[in-house]
Amino acid sequence: MPRSLRYLLRRLAQAVPIVLGIAIFNFMLVHMAPGDAVDVLAGEAGGANPEYVEQLREQFGLDQPLPVQLGKYLWSVASLDLGFSFRHNMPVVDIILQRLPATLMLMVCAIALAFSLGVFLGVTAARNVNRVLDRVISVGALLAYATPIFWIGLMLILLFSVRLGWLPSSGMETIGADYSGWARVVDLARHLLLPSVTLALFYMALYTRLMRASMLEVYGLDYITVARAKGVPERRVAYRHVLRNALLPMVTMLGLQVGSLLGGSVLVETVFGWPGLGRLAFEAVFQRDFNLLLGILLLCSVLVVLVNILVDLLYARLDPRIEVAG
Amino acid sequence: MKDELMAFAYRFARNRPAMAGVAILATVFLMAVLAYFVYPDSPWDMVAEPFLWPGQERAFWLGTDMLGRDLGAGIFHGARVSLLIGFVATLVAVIVGVAIGALAGYYGGWMDNVLMRLTEMFQTIPPFIFAIVLVAIFQPSVATIVLAIAVVSWPAVARLVRAEVLSLRGREFVQACVAIGMNDARIIFLHILPNTLAPVIVTGSLMVATAILTEAGLAFLGLGDPNVMSWGTIIGAGRDVLRSAWYVTAIPGVAILLTVLALNLVGEGLNDALNPRLKHR
Repeated sequence: MPRSLRYLLRRLAQAVPIVLGIAIFNFMLVHMAPGDAVDVLAGEAGGANPEYVEQLREQFGLDQPLPVQLGKYLWSVASLDLGFSFRHNMPVVDIILQRLPATLMLMVCAIALAFSLGVFLGVTAARNVNRVLDRVISVGALLAYATPIFWIGLMLILLFSVRLGWLPSSGMETIGADYSGWARVVDLARHLLLPSVTLALFYMALYTRLMRASMLEVYGLDYITVARAKGVPERRVAYRHVLRNALLPMVTMLGLQVGSLLGGSVLVETVFGWPGLGRLAFEAVFQRDFNLLLGILLLCSVLVVLVNILVDLLYARLDPRIEVAG
Repeated sequence: MKDELMAFAYRFARNRPAMAGVAILATVFLMAVLAYFVYPDSPWDMVAEPFLWPGQERAFWLGTDMLGRDLGAGIFHGARVSLLIGFVATLVAVIVGVAIGALAGYYGGWMDNVLMRLTEMFQTIPPFIFAIVLVAIFQPSVATIVLAIAVVSWPAVARLVRAEVLSLRGREFVQACVAIGMNDARIIFLHILPNTLAPVIVTGSLMVATAILTEAGLAFLGLGDPNVMSWGTIIGAGRDVLRSAWYVTAIPGVAILLTVLALNLVGEGLNDALNPRLKHR
């Protein structure tokens, strides 16, 4: 598909200035922060002597003029070098790549759960509009939409781990169990269940409300009246004629929510001790590891840009009326 | 104008969920205002024995936490913090967003291009992580939390206002203003912006809800102002005793839930009352 390939390349080119802007902004943030990395290191060592501090500054290039430092920073970002974390004694990129899979797994599960349940509940509510079932679903969505994500996580732990003892309350695997094969998958799934439900709940509410509104809008269109007039059964009207067109705004929403989902995973991962990027960000805050923190911020932003390009491509595939301009 | 306002008030008052939202919100406001009268002492003070369950002792009807601090005092003082940060942060975000959106929409051209690129950039950065970074770098305080929340929430307002201004820009009454030689500031402030008020108010009320959730999340992570008692802070502390004293975590969570729910209900009620034609959906 040369056309969509050209579109993809154009979108990637458009994303460059945005990522560049974020990188410059990142650089400014580090330099506005009170004290630099050397101060933190020196403070940790219990107040190093001034000469040593100067030597460290020189070593990290912190004594050079700002524009030179900015240039160097941008060059290193472009070559995928996000600096060094003195806490972990590792390059920032390596730490992030180590933690990324856990976060992606959590996010994919949460999105899948939120999307499928949201669509189902939204369709059900729309088919029973203004009846009891619709009211129950709508009130439930309203409540889930207003609940702090970290609090619902704690309440789920209280119920399912502390009281009932059905599911583990933290971590990704049972430590020291050394499962392999299916046993390991089951163990992982048991650990994954609560965090992904917690993260999914808010977005499920969002999708339910959007899906309901979107369904009701499509129900009012002429071609639905035609379908009914020619005797198409109501269930088929809902799932075949209305649902397909009502799904389109949901796809857009999916792209818009990625950034917020990453933010939510910081809270969820902190609550459930899930070893992903979010928990890493939380640790970085308290270790005052700004290199790492800003690396996470930059990488998450890049992730948002990429997912949005992907969603636009998907959108064009789902709706042939929308052409990707080559 | 007066009739319109009356009609709006009537439509809003007939919306029962919205009125329930107003009632809850009024209660929370009252708690915030009365916090210093009902609980004159600092909510950080250890005033009783630890782990009093709610209802166990009449003087401490919501119980006490693991250090013997009165949870009732925490909830009342926390209401002040949540509402203050929620409303002020939203106000700042709305002012910035309206200014940028109005400039971009009214002048178009390169100004629009630059401002919208900037907006897009800010919208790309994951908001909650961005807020964490800002608060962590500039040290947690009420002021930095307000600013961080404002920084992550203005882009939505800017886009909304830009679109509204863009559509009003070409209307006859605006062209008439231009034709009689009115200056740009006057046109924007007196003739265009008042017409964008309705959607901005609706968006604003929903933004307060998000701001309160963000503040609670930050405080839960330990990034709250160390000098003020926030609902998120209580949950963060209560987490350690979840097994033995779950009420310490549960109570402030319910407070956040109700406040955010009320704001959402009011926001939707405003939306329905301001756009009566869209209501029957």
